[in-house]
Amino acid sequence: MPISINGIEAPLPNDPRVSLLDYLREHLQLSGTKKGCNQGACGACTVLVDGDRILSCLALAIQYEGRSITTVEGLGVDGALHPLQRAFIEHDGFQCGYCTPGQICSAVGMAQEARRGVPSHVTTDLSSETITLSHDELRERMSGNLCRCGAYNGIVAAITEVYVTEGVE
Amino acid sequence: MTPFTYSRAADVADAIRQGIEPRSRYLGGGTNLVDLMRETIEQPRALIDVTGLSGAITERDEGSLLIGAAATNTAVAGHRAVRARYPMLARAIVAGASAQIRNMATVGGNILQRTRCTYFYDDDGSSCNKRAPGRGCDAIEGFNRIHAILGTSSACVATHPSDMCVALAALGAIVHLSSAQGERTLPLTDLHRLPEDHPEIETVLEPGELITAVELPALPFATRSTYRKVRDRSSYAFALVSVAAALELDGGVIRNARLALGGVATKPWRAWKAEEALKGKPASAESFRKAAEAELIGAKPLRDNGFKIELAKRTIVAVLGELTGESA
Repeated sequence: MPISINGIEAPLPNDPRVSLLDYLREHLQLSGTKKGCNQGACGACTVLVDGDRILSCLALAIQYEGRSITTVEGLGVDGALHPLQRAFIEHDGFQCGYCTPGQICSAVGMAQEARRGVPSHVTTDLSSETITLSHDELRERMSGNLCRCGAYNGIVAAITEVYVTEGVE
Repeated sequence: MTPFTYSRAADVADAIRQGIEPRSRYLGGGTNLVDLMRETIEQPRALIDVTGLSGAITERDEGSLLIGAAATNTAVAGHRAVRARYPMLARAIVAGASAQIRNMATVGGNILQRTRCTYFYDDDGSSCNKRAPGRGCDAIEGFNRIHAILGTSSACVATHPSDMCVALAALGAIVHLSSAQGERTLPLTDLHRLPEDHPEIETVLEPGELITAVELPALPFATRSTYRKVRDRSSYAFALVSVAAALELDGGVIRNARLALGGVATKPWRAWKAEEALKGKPASAESFRKAAEAELIGAKPLRDNGFKIELAKRTIVAVLGELTGESA
């Protein structure tokens, strides 16, 4: 069974050592997903698997046979930017831009988790079925994505605009 | 990475049949094992992917909760019964790692993750008895601010890094195991070994033995439970000290208590002495402090981590205070 990348089926690598990150970047030339630390500490390599955010650097590509992967290249539709991509530009959600694809993929997955009621470290009421993305909730839920330029204020503003103010699903 | 073969286990029987092979390893989410393989600290010849085995979370008639070992950390923390009946477990899980890692990491893999001792990871320059048995431990005389004060030996002072396991220890979780010899169960607190003279042997698992599930016994008073983690930054960092606690109160008297510590010990540390000291005592800061003293009396500080003794005591007092309704 192949693997689906942004809706297109691709053959799996023969060598089981190939990480999902290297597979995307080196085998498929999808260089939007970035290699930061390559050890699960920075979040730059975040992609979506069947809608859930994961770290592609710690994933062996072969483990994801038959699954559906979405990278930053697959978020926009017909050449139009994803609402988060537009909001990141408007709110200066980056400086150098290296962490940005990971931040955006992570935020897409984060919004889904909040809608499903998955609690976070700062969630006060564990019985709550839905999560309101307050400033604290959003910061905590995005803590796996580091930005060494320190564009966090713009990042939080962009995500807030899309998922709180505009209520994008 | 050293070359290896990869296969997917069709079921438990298939997994343990393949797991008999020497130097094979079961693969969960890979969040620790893949990293260790990249560093060549782990060099398995065969990976057996067990993420397709049961990750079901089932409420059973006698009141227990059975969690398949392939359940992701996110699935457990988000499960309605876990949040309602075992809040300390949901809180412990979401205190650990990042959301991306919790989406990948399995329950079985979390239990068997290895220490983040910097000397264990420093394959090029450091001696470590876990990596190379008998070579010595550079942490004991080195930078050991993050290391253990309980359960240590002259061979190893590395902490067990899991948050989830601290809650499992406090809840009296039972681990279900399967191997070619059959099935057995063990309390989680008996699964991990103290380092003693053989820190490279971290659990009592037999070669090829597989964790298939974790069972949370019925514990009605665990609805009054929580987990607090003290760390160097407010998110996405390992614990300096953590406390999982549950209290059963009868008026102002403690009828029953569950307490476990993380970040301070070589294995998930059930605080049996503190629990015993709490039973039958008034739910007061004085009782809490005495219980904390009883547990930490055997703590052995190293050069840089002596602060953990007082920090652990204060965190225990604060968490028990929180559970009795005082804010701290």
